[in-house]
Amino acid sequence: MLRIVNGRVYDPANGIDGEVRDVCIADGRIVADVAAQARRIDVQGMVVMPGGLDIHCHIAGPKVNLARKLQPEDHRVDVQPRTAITRSGVGGTVPSTFTTGYRYALLGYTTAMEAAVPPINARHTLEELHDTPIIDKGFYVLMGNNVVLYKMLEKGHREEFRNTVAWLLAASKAYAAKLVNPGGDEAWKGRRNANVTRLDEKIESFELTPRQVIGALIEAVDGLGLPHPAHIHCNNLGHSGNFETTLETMRIADGHRAHITHVQFHSYGHVAGKSNDDPTSRAREIAQYVNTHPNISADVGQVMFGQATAMTADAPLAYMLSRFAGGKWVNADTEHESGCGIVPFAYQDRIYTHALQWAIGLELFLMSEDPWRMVLSTDHPNGGSFMSYPKLIRLLMDREFRKEEMAKVNPRALRQTVLADLDREYTLREIAIVTRAGPARLLGLTNKGHLGVGADADITIYEDREDKEQMFSAPRYVIKDGQLVIEDHEIRTEHEGRVLHVAPDYDPGIVEVIRPFFESYYSIRFDNYAVDDSYLGKHELVATAQQRAAGA
Amino acid sequence: MSANTHVIRDATCTFCGCVCDDMHLTVDDDTHKIVKAENACVLGRAWFKEHGIEERPYALIDGAEASTQEAIEAAAQILANARYPIIYGLSDTTCEAQREAVAIADAIGGTIDTTTSVCHGPSGMAFQGVGESTATLGEMRNRADLLIFWGGNPAESHPRLFTRYTVTAKGMYVPNGKKDRTVVLVDVRRTPSAAVADIFVQVKPRRDFEVLWALRALVKGRHVDPCIEQLTGVSLATLQDLAARMKACRFGVLLFGMGLTMTRGRHFNSGALLALASDLNEYTHFVAKPVRGHGNVTGADNVVSWQTGFPFGVNLSRGYPRFNPGEFTTVDVLSRGEADAAMIIAADPASNFPQPAIEHLRRIPVIALDPKSTHTSRLAKVAITTATYGISVGGTVYRMDDVPLTLRPALPSPYPSDQSVLKRMKERVRELIGGNRMPPMDRVAVAA
Repeated sequence: MLRIVNGRVYDPANGIDGEVRDVCIADGRIVADVAAQARRIDVQGMVVMPGGLDIHCHIAGPKVNLARKLQPEDHRVDVQPRTAITRSGVGGTVPSTFTTGYRYALLGYTTAMEAAVPPINARHTLEELHDTPIIDKGFYVLMGNNVVLYKMLEKGHREEFRNTVAWLLAASKAYAAKLVNPGGDEAWKGRRNANVTRLDEKIESFELTPRQVIGALIEAVDGLGLPHPAHIHCNNLGHSGNFETTLETMRIADGHRAHITHVQFHSYGHVAGKSNDDPTSRAREIAQYVNTHPNISADVGQVMFGQATAMTADAPLAYMLSRFAGGKWVNADTEHESGCGIVPFAYQDRIYTHALQWAIGLELFLMSEDPWRMVLSTDHPNGGSFMSYPKLIRLLMDREFRKEEMAKVNPRALRQTVLADLDREYTLREIAIVTRAGPARLLGLTNKGHLGVGADADITIYEDREDKEQMFSAPRYVIKDGQLVIEDHEIRTEHEGRVLHVAPDYDPGIVEVIRPFFESYYSIRFDNYAVDDSYLGKHELVATAQQRAAGA
Repeated sequence: MSANTHVIRDATCTFCGCVCDDMHLTVDDDTHKIVKAENACVLGRAWFKEHGIEERPYALIDGAEASTQEAIEAAAQILANARYPIIYGLSDTTCEAQREAVAIADAIGGTIDTTTSVCHGPSGMAFQGVGESTATLGEMRNRADLLIFWGGNPAESHPRLFTRYTVTAKGMYVPNGKKDRTVVLVDVRRTPSAAVADIFVQVKPRRDFEVLWALRALVKGRHVDPCIEQLTGVSLATLQDLAARMKACRFGVLLFGMGLTMTRGRHFNSGALLALASDLNEYTHFVAKPVRGHGNVTGADNVVSWQTGFPFGVNLSRGYPRFNPGEFTTVDVLSRGEADAAMIIAADPASNFPQPAIEHLRRIPVIALDPKSTHTSRLAKVAITTATYGISVGGTVYRMDDVPLTLRPALPSPYPSDQSVLKRMKERVRELIGGNRMPPMDRVAVAA
C-alpha cells in the first residue's frame, strides 16, 4: 500500500489538471483511500502522471533482433552495466531486451507496443518480450500482405476473411492488426523488387487492389470490436507527394475507426511542375483531416536528428533508403506474410529532406486540435530512439528552445513549412495526453493512462524543472503495478510486466478452411503455427467490445 | 514392436538446422522407443530410432555418482568461485535453456559463446559488415527459380533441404518443382549433392573468395581477366554464364555452408557472398542464407543477441557485454589458457577442438550438461545427465531461417531438462554471490 502526497497531479482522462491531491495504491491498483499506516511518499513540488504508453515502437522480434545483430558499433559506445539486481545489456538505437525495459521505465514509460510482427514469428517476439522487464507490452500482427487473407478477399469471402483475421490475432497472441504498405510485398518478392504506388493498382498475382485490402481490414477489425482499430502504415511512405495517398487511405475508413501510424512520414507534397523531387510539407492538409474526422487517429513518427535505424516491414522503402545511406542493408522475406528491411540511418539537421521531416512532425503536433488523436511517437528507432522523447517534449513545450533548434536546421526546408509561425506551446496536460492518456484511449486500455480508482497503478513522478528535457529524462519515482520500481532515479526492484493480447471470437470452422493453404504452401505444419499459452508468461487478455458486452 | 503404441503427429526433428516439423513419430509405450519416424530423412530416422534412455547416473562428480542436486551445488560452487569462467555450446538445447545460460554468464561476469564460433561465426561477422538479403525457407520453396548451393553438401548433411524446402519441392510460383528451377552447385569437389545440380562448378580449394569477387564484378558489368581460370579453376565463360543467370532469374537464392566459412578467407568469403546477393537486388530479387548445422544453433544466435546485443563470443567480465571474436571465442580463450572454469552445455568440444584448447579443458574444472557420455563429459569434474531436447524435452527451437517452432517431446525421461538444471544453478550461484557479481567499479567508470 502506498499513499503519494502533495504531488501536482495531471490526469486528463479524469479532468485533473495540476491539482495537488493524494494518490492511493493498493494491490497494484489505484484506490480511493488506504489505511493510515500505508507508506507515504511526499512528492511536494513534483508532477504526478500516469505511466507513459508508447503506441508504436519496434522493440522485440525478428527484425529487431536482426537490427541488433547488425550494429555492434552502436552497442559498443553505449553499454548498460548490470547491477546486483538488473541484467547487463547494450543500448544504441536498438538496445538489448533487458536494457529496453529498463530504459523505458527510467523514462517513466510503463507500456510499449511492438508495432510489426509476422504471425509466423510471434513466438520469437513473445520470447523477447518476456525478457523485456518492468513494462507491459504487446505487439501488432502484420496482415496487409497476408496471402491467405488475399485469397479469401479475392473470392469475396468476407465472412471467412473476418474469421481469419480473428483467428490470426488469437493464434499469434497479438494485440492489434497492422497493415504495412498493403499490396507491396508481392511486387517486391515476385516482380524484381517492384512496389505498388497507387491504391487502385492491381496487386501482383491477385485480382485485388490495396484499396480493397485496406477497406476490408478496417471493416473487419472494427467489426470484431477490437480494442485498437486497424493500425495502418500507408503506401508510399517517404515519397514526395504521398499526402494524397494518406488522405485517400483515411477516406477509405469511411466512418470506421482507423489509426494512421507515423503520419509524419506520410505528409509530403511535391513542388508542382518542378523536375527535382524534393518533398514539401503537407502537414496542414493531414492535420486538418485528422482534426475534422473523429474516427481517425494518428501517431506522429517524429524525426529526431542523430542516429536511427530504419526497420520496417516495408521492404521497398528500406531498399530505397539503403541507396541513400550506402551502407549495410538487410532484407528478409517471410513467406505469405511479410517483407522486411533494415538500414542504419542518421538524420542530419543540415540535409534538406531530414530537416523538412523534423519540421513536418512538429507542424503536425502544433496544428493538431485534438491531442487525444494525434499522439507522440518517433516510430522508435525509425525516426529516432525513444530515448529522444524528453527532447521532443521540450520542443513541444518550449517555444524559445524550438526557435534555437530551428536556427540550426536547413533554412530552405524550414521555409517550406509554417513552423516559424506556430507559437503554440504544449502544456503539461497536453503532454500527459499525447504520451499517456491518448495512447491508452486509442489502444482501448481502460485501466491505463489515467489515475482514477481501479486503474493500474502505473505512475510516474517527475521533479518539476524549467528544462522540460531534463525533467522528462529522469523521473524521480516510477511505480509499476503498485510497486515502487524506480526510486531516486534508480531501479530498486525486479519487476515483470504483462503481455497484453486479444483473443476475438471466431467461427472454429475457419481452421479447416485455412488448413489446406498451409499444407500446400507454408514450410511449417499448420498444427505447429498457433502459439500456445506457455509463451505468454504474465499476461492480460483484453476483451473485444462483443466480449465485454457478453460478460457485462 | 508391442501392441501398445501411440503416435505423435507433427513433431519436430532437431537433428540439423532444417528443423523439419512434420515428423509423425510412433512410440512404443512398453519399450520406450520411437519405432517409426514418418517423413524423417535418413539422419532424422537414426536420430529418433536410435534414441534410448541410457542407464546413466544422474550426475558424476570427479567420476563418482551423485544426485542432480549435488551436482548443481558443485557446479554452482565452481562458477561462483571462478574468476574468468566460460560457458559454451548451447546449439543443441532449447531457447529456454539458452536464456538461463546467458543469465548465469551475466550473473558471474563470464564469457558466453556458442558453437556458432566454430561454424558460421564468420557469417555472423560478415552480416555485421554488409547486412544480408534473406528469406524464409518457404519463400525459397514457393518462388526460387535459381538455387545456388555453395560450399556445402546438403544431400548428405541436410537431405530435406533439397526435398522439403528447395530443389524438388513444389511451390506456388514453381508448381513443377525442379523442372521450374535451375540448380547450381559450387564446391571444391563433386559431392553427392552434384547429382541434383543442373550446373556443377568446381572451384580450386581456397579460391572461393576470388570466384565470388569476380562474380560481383561481372554482375556489375566490370571487366574480369580470363586468367581467373588459372587462379580459381573456373573459366571466365562459366562465370559469365552464371552471372547472366543470376541477373536473369526472378527469385535467386544462394545457400552456403562451412566450405566457405571455415576455409581460407572465412568471414571475407561470407561477406563476399552476402554482398553478391545484395548487389543482385539491383537487377532482380535475390536472397542468401547460411545453411546451419545444429538443431537450435539459430536459436542460440537469437537468444545471445537479444540478451547481450551480440550473437556469440560475448564477455561480461566488465559488467556489460563486449564482443570480440578471436578474443572471447571459446577455442581462443581455452587455447591461450585463460579460462579458469568452463561449463559446456550440449556440445562436445573435447572431441573437436584443437589440441591446446582440449589440454586446457583438462586443467580446469569443467561442468558438462549432456544427455550422453561424451569426450567432454568424461573429462568434466561435474557431469550432469540431462534429457534430450526434441525427444524428451519441449521448448522452442529456431529453424535456420529464424522461424521458431515448439517441440513436441515423444518419450518421458528420468533426467531433468537443461533448462531446469540451469535455472536451479543460476539461483544457487546468485545466492552464493549475493545477487549478480559486480565488477570493480573503477573499471566500469573508465568504460562509461
